[in-house]
Amino acid sequence: MDMTIVDLSRIQFAMTVLYHFLFVPLTLGLSVLVAIMETVYVMTGRPIWRQMTKFWGTLFGINFVLGVATGLTMEFQFGMNWSYYSQYVGDIFGAPLAIEGLMAFFLEATFVGLFFFGWDKLSKVGHLTVAWLVALGSNFSALWILIANGWMQNPVGAQFNPMTMRMEMTSFYDVMFNPVAQAKFVHTVSAGYVTASVFVLGVSAWYLLKGRHWELARRSIAVASAFGLAASLSVVMLGDESGYEISANQKMKMAAIEAMWKTEKAPANFTLFGLPDQKTQETKWAVRIPWLMGLIGTRSLTGQIPGIENLVKKNETRIRSGMIAYAALRKIRADKTVIPADVKASFDAHSKDLGYALLLKRYTANPDKATPAMITKAANDTVPAVFPIFWAFRIMVALGFSFIATMAYFFFMASFRGMRFPRPALRLAVWMIPAPWIAAELGWIVAEVGRQPWTVDGVLPTALSVSHLSVTDLLITLTGFALFYSVLFVVEMGLMFKYVRKGPQEDVAETNAWMERHEKRLGDRLITPAE
Amino acid sequence: MILHDLISLDVLRVIWWVLLGVLLIGFALTDGFDMGVGTLVPFVGRNDLERRIAINTIGPVWEGNQVWFILGGGSIFAAWPPLYAVSFSGFYLAMFAILAALILRPVSFKYRSKRDGAGWRSAWDWALFIGSAVPALIFGVAVGNVLQGVPFHFTPDLLSIYTGSFFGLLNPFALLTGVVSLTMLLTHGAAWLSLKAEGEVASRARAIGAVTGVVAILGYALAGVWLALGIAGYHFTAPVPADMPSNPLLSQVARGGSWLASYSVRPWIIIAPILGFAGMALAVRGLRKGAEVSTLLWSKMGIFGVISSVGLTMFPFLLPSATNPDSSLTVWDSSSSQMTLFVMLVAAVIFLPLILAYTAWVYKVLWGKVTEADITGSGHTY
Repeated sequence: MDMTIVDLSRIQFAMTVLYHFLFVPLTLGLSVLVAIMETVYVMTGRPIWRQMTKFWGTLFGINFVLGVATGLTMEFQFGMNWSYYSQYVGDIFGAPLAIEGLMAFFLEATFVGLFFFGWDKLSKVGHLTVAWLVALGSNFSALWILIANGWMQNPVGAQFNPMTMRMEMTSFYDVMFNPVAQAKFVHTVSAGYVTASVFVLGVSAWYLLKGRHWELARRSIAVASAFGLAASLSVVMLGDESGYEISANQKMKMAAIEAMWKTEKAPANFTLFGLPDQKTQETKWAVRIPWLMGLIGTRSLTGQIPGIENLVKKNETRIRSGMIAYAALRKIRADKTVIPADVKASFDAHSKDLGYALLLKRYTANPDKATPAMITKAANDTVPAVFPIFWAFRIMVALGFSFIATMAYFFFMASFRGMRFPRPALRLAVWMIPAPWIAAELGWIVAEVGRQPWTVDGVLPTALSVSHLSVTDLLITLTGFALFYSVLFVVEMGLMFKYVRKGPQEDVAETNAWMERHEKRLGDRLITPAE
Repeated sequence: MILHDLISLDVLRVIWWVLLGVLLIGFALTDGFDMGVGTLVPFVGRNDLERRIAINTIGPVWEGNQVWFILGGGSIFAAWPPLYAVSFSGFYLAMFAILAALILRPVSFKYRSKRDGAGWRSAWDWALFIGSAVPALIFGVAVGNVLQGVPFHFTPDLLSIYTGSFFGLLNPFALLTGVVSLTMLLTHGAAWLSLKAEGEVASRARAIGAVTGVVAILGYALAGVWLALGIAGYHFTAPVPADMPSNPLLSQVARGGSWLASYSVRPWIIIAPILGFAGMALAVRGLRKGAEVSTLLWSKMGIFGVISSVGLTMFPFLLPSATNPDSSLTVWDSSSSQMTLFVMLVAAVIFLPLILAYTAWVYKVLWGKVTEADITGSGHTY
């Protein structure tokens, strides 16, 4: 097995998916925020809210197009670069992707055109409906994608079929209501809402600092801080946590996140800080908080959280069991017509561990004849890279708490202190803008690097999932994507900055006239902009 | 759950073969005119205003249209996993080219009008041209290669190994089918512009479309003759149960005879090429006469006929292997499981009619010509 191909394929996938995920969270959140703003417009009839809808809508549009365009890469890439994966689990994994297209993406993409072009062609309520359909479409889209991803983390409702040499679906219900998928959906969508809220808050804060468009800015802050507070509470509290206890590999992911090399006496310590070292299997300079990990992980004082060492031992047993299944599979394949009862029984008893035998493919073509040394190596391979996961998780969580604090502060100032924001707070909000993107990308690293060495946990190793390609093929596309995506990124950022600087351009006269009348009506109850 | 046993596996396979056709044809009918218009923009528009009119005829709808393609890809993945795995990895660099083009295209739509410079706009015009013409060409090239058989085989573990090269795809027959695809979609784009644009833009489009339409008809006829005389078909050498396990290595296939033999087995399929020729010919006539709605409909009928003629001629083959015919993918040995096909069918039965309904509603809201006033006015345009 050529590990160069595997590594290049992984680099390309990571690069394209992390890039795609620069646009998705903002689409998810901003579609909802824009629809909320338009709802206020329709309910109150105040033109300022229409202007806000159009202004944030324009930024939404610039972002949306790259989300769609780079999403195409994702849809193609499973077949292009991970063809064995596609063949092996397409029966389950393909269905949510296709349903995503049918139910969600069609809705979103068909109505997004009407959102921009339909202002003069639709009634107020008609256009509002279109805005909500776009938001609904993008959020449904996240649901189905995360059902697909959740299945990779926790492959329920499926079984290996020796006749077709692949996994096949046994229960669509289990795939759909996979608890890992549900937890991931809530977590990811909330993260999108936080991203959009921080973005709207930051851009609005910049306007207040510059003394521009303050009517638009302070209304936007009111919406974004309320929405963002709810979302940031949800993203942290209802985080991924609920998913970690489900399956064996999720336990390994949890152990890696905590750099828990050995099983500790319950309740386990929580490592706040440290430098995990994979070779020596210890964490240097560790700062530990007694009991906390046991409490978070098991919600009890007696529950044990297994450490990496124990999990590796368990995986070694499963590899040995998988070897029996693999030997039986070879017999079944050799004689397709009559399968002896004992072979069938042996396969059925061990087929759940077949994937563990496939880990040996890295070291031998015949996993059923692997040596003890190979088995030990393969078992050690089941530990993901601890250092990046440990740190990605800590930074992500710290950012998560900083979002709660920021949103709570701005919500309080907006609701109870008459929108008089101190300048340092506004500056902080501007500097905050990149933070949710960093948190989201780190979240991907925790979830997917933590899933290694598997593409589908316990079912199919990553090293086996790749297409039969040449290094040249991969270098061409890798370079192509890198160059192409970099250019698009520069163009996109250029346009974002340009349109933020320009500020709201549509319906200016009408909005200003209304603002003047509105200010007169309010008289001395008028709220003035920040100093 | 036993619900999915309601429809037998062989019937589900045929249904999903039909649905695959529906999605690909849906893509060609809708996104096809986007690709046609995108390719025509530099030629039908001599100045920025004219080009913007052309672009804005597809501006509000291309996003929804493109989803037919994404859904096509997703459905191949879900309903025909081996086909998805073999074709996407085998045609690796061609797929990358399509991908790059399809990313370039929406970006050109959106970003072109966001700055004023002539250089900026002209650069995006050509990006749009490449992003539209390249996929239209490559889709046709892919069909040409599929008809000739593709060099791939499976290992016993069902890992697919492709032994051809990118430039091997660009053989004479495949280039011919590529030209048919490109000219057919150019004609379709011209028919769309004739309906949605006015004045010079519409009349230039009609003039170009009348020529490309004739090229498409001649190319399609030539490809048919070539298929009859110069290209061997594929057939099973042992009877194949239609509900066999989905493992391509379990069926025996040989190369020989002609694809066109299927016209003697199923004579009724002659209707497809007839619709193809008639539709394209009537579209050319409509473009010459300046008819609008009817021309677009004839063009649609032509595309429907041409694409379904390929599928019906090859049935039950999906992707024959030139180097190891037994590895060939067919409707009977390359589908998903009965449960997956059933679940997907339920989803399609619920959502496809909904999609058609709201797409029709959107087109109705946007009905009417794109005029100069629309572009120079205050509304949102590209």
